[in-house]
Amino acid sequence: MDAAVLSGVVVVITRTRTAADARVMLERVVDPDLPFLSIEDIAILRGVEVTPDGGATVTITPTYSGCPAMDTIISDIRSVLTNGGFAPVHVDVVHSPAWTTDWMSGEAKEKLAANRIAPPGPLGVTAEVLCPMCSSDTIRTVSEFGSTACKSLMVCTDCGEPFDYFKAI
Amino acid sequence: MNTVTTDSALVTYLVRHADDNVVLGQRLAEYISYAPDLEEDLAIGNFALDHIGVANHLFTYAAQVEGGDRDADGFAMLRSEREYTNLLLVEQPHEDFAGLIVRQFLFDAYQVVLWESLSTSTDPTIAGIAQRAAKEATYHLRHSSGWVIRLGDGTPESHKRMQAAVDRLWKFTAEMFESDSVDAEMAAAGIGVDPSKLSVIWLEIPDPVFEEATLTRPADPFQTSGGRTGMHTEHLGKLLAEMQWMQRSYPGLSW
Repeated sequence: MDAAVLSGVVVVITRTRTAADARVMLERVVDPDLPFLSIEDIAILRGVEVTPDGGATVTITPTYSGCPAMDTIISDIRSVLTNGGFAPVHVDVVHSPAWTTDWMSGEAKEKLAANRIAPPGPLGVTAEVLCPMCSSDTIRTVSEFGSTACKSLMVCTDCGEPFDYFKAI
Repeated sequence: MNTVTTDSALVTYLVRHADDNVVLGQRLAEYISYAPDLEEDLAIGNFALDHIGVANHLFTYAAQVEGGDRDADGFAMLRSEREYTNLLLVEQPHEDFAGLIVRQFLFDAYQVVLWESLSTSTDPTIAGIAQRAAKEATYHLRHSSGWVIRLGDGTPESHKRMQAAVDRLWKFTAEMFESDSVDAEMAAAGIGVDPSKLSVIWLEIPDPVFEEATLTRPADPFQTSGGRTGMHTEHLGKLLAEMQWMQRSYPGLSW
């Protein structure tokens, strides 16, 4: 739809929705367990294409094999884009290349720390985990398996606070 | 099944590995709220989730390759024991925490070796699933081997239970490395790996851990198998009955 002119009074102009438009809409789709991170921040979103029929195809890669947030994310993608005027909306789940925390931006890692979750270090390096509250490095692992598949539970022996660590994978 | 086409061999291959994971996921889920402490309960729940996730991705891909009406749930919920092709190891009940840990440790070692090998599959979907699963399996193995050592080289009671678990479960390990025509076809295409090639690498994992845990392999070399052809122990039926009863009672049920 390019333009609609009503009898001489109101001119309504809409342009064809682009992939860039879709990306803006998708900024609202967040990880339901980490709602300060969009699917782009956490690098689940791998591609956005629009098709000539007014539809959109979104490519995503799952993080952990059993991540239960993926179903919510897929349905959120569909509803955000459908409400934004795209139809049909396809979500392609692509496994290769496998998701890795190395894809997360520095900004995303800062958002994690600001939300009291120690961010993952680079893969292959035994990273020092720092307490997100007091920055101490004297921390203790309570359990490698925490509240979600992606996190470990740690406790700071300096300030005493427990916190989650987003595992490097 | 008269002739084994590449598609049907691929489906069989995907489904057997999915079956391993869905059955073990179900077994682990049984232990939720029964673990010795809260952190272990979380860990076991996380493991179960990882396994079920892998099974879900493999079943979904198998359904796609099959190209029929069946979806992932159709594979998991509507096949009976003779159609399930999982290893006998994963359907064994735990008996106690030692049994859960030994079963997990032996399987984790196999998963690490298997998924690392399949990370270079010529099939990109399998390679992607394998790359992720290999990383998760490495975390699992670290956890389960830690417990093997702590409990094996623990109190007389924990050692006794661990040795009993090893004696009971070791007979199910050779099956992991048996291969058939499906494995051969998949390996020839670069899609899969011949399991018999993995046994030497796998064996390097339990031996040093058992040594540190003061545990020994059983003297009796007896090994059993049959899972890949649907010949299971009596335990699988009960597990599937629990897992499947809702889908069977209310066919087509969904959230």
